[in-house]
Amino acid sequence: MEIVRSQRRNGSDGSGSAASLPLYKSAPSIEFRLEEFGQYAIDRLRVLQAISDGLSRGKKPEEMENLVSEQWRANMKHQDADKTLRKDIISHFVLRLVYCREEEMRRWFLSMETALFRYRFRLQNAEAQKSIMNELQLQYNVLGNAEYETIKDKLTEAARSVNFTSNPETVFYKVPFEDVPELVASRRVFILKGFAFVPRNQVVSLVCTIFRSNISKALALTNRKWRAMIQDQEKDRIAPMVEALGNVYLGPDYSKPKDCAEISLKDINQLASTSFPLCMRHLFGKLREDHHLKHQGRMQLGLFLKGVGLKLEDALAFWRAEFSQKVGAERFDKEYAYSIRHNYGKEGKRTDYTPYSCQKIIMSTPSTGDHHGCPYRHFSEENLRAALNKMGVGGRAMDDIMDKVRNRHYQLACTLTFEATHGTSCETGINHPNQYFVESRKFFESKNKQSQPTA
Amino acid sequence: MTKEKEEHREDPMQIDSNRVPTGSLLTDYLRIYYGKFFPYTDMFKWLAYGNDGKHPGCDSSYFGRREFSFTIKSDRDEIYLRFQSFFNASEMETSIKAKCPTKIDIGAVYTVDPAKRHAYAQSGFNPIERELVFDIDISDYDDVRYCCSGADTCLNCWPLMTIAIKVIDTALREDFGFSHILWVYSGRRGVHCWVCDSRARRLSKEQRSAIADYFHVYKGGENSLKKVTFSGPLHPFLARAYTDVLKNEFEKWVSTQKLFEHEERFHKILQLIPDESVVSELAEKWQGNSVRWEHLKHMLQSGSKKTQGLRRCIEEIVFSYTYPRLDIQVTKGMNHLLKAPFCVHPGTGRICIPIDPKKCEEFDPTSVPTVAQLIEELNANASIGADNYVEKTSLAASVHLFRTCFLEPLIKTCKDELENAYNTKIQQTKDSLNW
Repeated sequence: MEIVRSQRRNGSDGSGSAASLPLYKSAPSIEFRLEEFGQYAIDRLRVLQAISDGLSRGKKPEEMENLVSEQWRANMKHQDADKTLRKDIISHFVLRLVYCREEEMRRWFLSMETALFRYRFRLQNAEAQKSIMNELQLQYNVLGNAEYETIKDKLTEAARSVNFTSNPETVFYKVPFEDVPELVASRRVFILKGFAFVPRNQVVSLVCTIFRSNISKALALTNRKWRAMIQDQEKDRIAPMVEALGNVYLGPDYSKPKDCAEISLKDINQLASTSFPLCMRHLFGKLREDHHLKHQGRMQLGLFLKGVGLKLEDALAFWRAEFSQKVGAERFDKEYAYSIRHNYGKEGKRTDYTPYSCQKIIMSTPSTGDHHGCPYRHFSEENLRAALNKMGVGGRAMDDIMDKVRNRHYQLACTLTFEATHGTSCETGINHPNQYFVESRKFFESKNKQSQPTA
Repeated sequence: MTKEKEEHREDPMQIDSNRVPTGSLLTDYLRIYYGKFFPYTDMFKWLAYGNDGKHPGCDSSYFGRREFSFTIKSDRDEIYLRFQSFFNASEMETSIKAKCPTKIDIGAVYTVDPAKRHAYAQSGFNPIERELVFDIDISDYDDVRYCCSGADTCLNCWPLMTIAIKVIDTALREDFGFSHILWVYSGRRGVHCWVCDSRARRLSKEQRSAIADYFHVYKGGENSLKKVTFSGPLHPFLARAYTDVLKNEFEKWVSTQKLFEHEERFHKILQLIPDESVVSELAEKWQGNSVRWEHLKHMLQSGSKKTQGLRRCIEEIVFSYTYPRLDIQVTKGMNHLLKAPFCVHPGTGRICIPIDPKKCEEFDPTSVPTVAQLIEELNANASIGADNYVEKTSLAASVHLFRTCFLEPLIKTCKDELENAYNTKIQQTKDSLNW
């Protein structure tokens, strides 16, 4: 019997071969189908979203490595390594198109893709890492023996200060300090006369800086090309998909309120003050105050109320009651009632619109006279503090929230607000205003049950 | 204030060199200072970095793309003028003499002339070069000095600044490989550092941030008790700072500040020790003893206590008291405006003169010339008919230091770099013409 050795590349799951961690240098000339366009992008987006969540929860590097490994396996991996690679490349470039279009989106995409690359790189073996460095044209010199001898004590000292035992076998690279800012900042490497001496295991930092810079330039370029011609050329084919992908939200959609959690108009004020997230409280308050809201505000609040369980008839009554104080009942019926029915899927092409997720709300850009958007992002520090004060948030909680805001973790800020106003923790984190509402109702319901006398 | 009438000259001002001038008196003094003393040509030579128009490879727009800002104080209010720029030394001189600013700040070099920034799209106006700068203020050490506080300083606590200069200057030269470094007395309570190598000027925000973090050891806000924590052996930079500078300076500090003679002072040190049993044992034994520091060191170093966190306790204490405390934001930003050398400090009247890092121990902030003193000297020189009046005043030494220790080596390097860049370009053009 002949034993045939399979000609597999090292690493049975494709993680060993260098070719399995592409650098996305240029758009591939692979042919693929339009359906793959959307689906591949969404799968990759799940991975990036999971990374985003993990990072903002402060997961440690080892935990992130596991997370990336799992997420990749769950969403992107295919039995056939070639197919995985293909999907990897296609999904990256599709998402590049989607996320090149706005500054905030570019920043987010860049950070997540760099993080993804970082953890995948760490999971590669030494061979693979070396060949990636070659591809990046890292001509950094391996530290020669003569020079090594003169500084080896310092190298050891530096290594010990970060709990790393170097031995004579450890390979060091000599790179200009400008290229490894993270390592310099945390004093993880020895530097001398402007050069940093980076041990092989720290090379990740080096590689990621270059990766990040390449993708950043590519994004800017893609943005220009998109605006200049692609958007137009593809307006019937890819452009609509790109738009849609930009608003993708990957959680429960809250369009059908569960458990007959309908609310009635008479409860709405009470509910607004106890269970609405800040964005909706603000819109609700402004509506009561001005008896008017501009279009985006009506959409954001209106769909939220639908998700919360407000029936169409009640919704119409609610909006009419407010708007008629400003524009009159007749004008309301003529100009505004239609769009409310439209939201509930009773007009036009009868799409039952889904309430906006946090991601979508954060990405929106209110301008003068608008009150929609995410207050944690769009309010000035002063106004945000005042608004949170009104909700009963103060002291330490306020500082924690403002800290999250400064670091642009708007959803975490909202989660902390929930925790502060309810006095309980919210493990899952807030991703959707309706989720905030549902969690809040759950909390109050269980509190009520506890305070009722037992039978 | 009486005016002496001299026969054939204009009335020289009668001045009291012990008074710090304010208001219109300050303006009068400044007028004379800017008229006779401020070293325009040297400042221009510095900031032009070789682009003085004499070499074909020069960028004649370079100096004009630098932002300056003026603070102009009158009796009633203070005006702050940003985005000032000058085409050359003479324009700068004219403008300063005309406006008599109480403070001149130097900003970044931008992509275009800052005064004309509105003619460009917002994205076309960006800082592209800027010295790497550091700002150290002695008032940031108020919690560890007992002789002075706030804006005051004396010869007892000034050594903290000397320490900062030594530690940072060494690191900038040894670790980062920079060589064109200018240290300047800020006029009252601190020092500024300007790193002018072209490599430094081209650093990005991220790289400046990294360098600032490299130096950031003393951390923690109002609420943390312990601002320095070492979890393991020290990085070579910190080890060197400790061995070469901090260790001995702390010993001196213990004695000049009488750290172990007053209970609230040594209590602060005890608070940095993360072991209750050690602290209470010491507190008990110290009821009447004065060799406390030796005792403390012995106890912490003997290794008889195995508590985690004690191994580096001595170093942590020493660093907490003496390690440089930088204003990190000043270093991280690319367009942070920093006061120019040779300004007059309006609060003290002292001139912001350069400090030689190799002789920083000899620097005495209490004997830095004041503007009043300089004018008095000027008058005295004039009245004895000396020529080159300014050269014979106390400012001459500082200008000389600026030129010999900093400016001349810098210009030489800049000229070499310009020459090389120019030759490379010529060569490239030649190569591309080769058929």
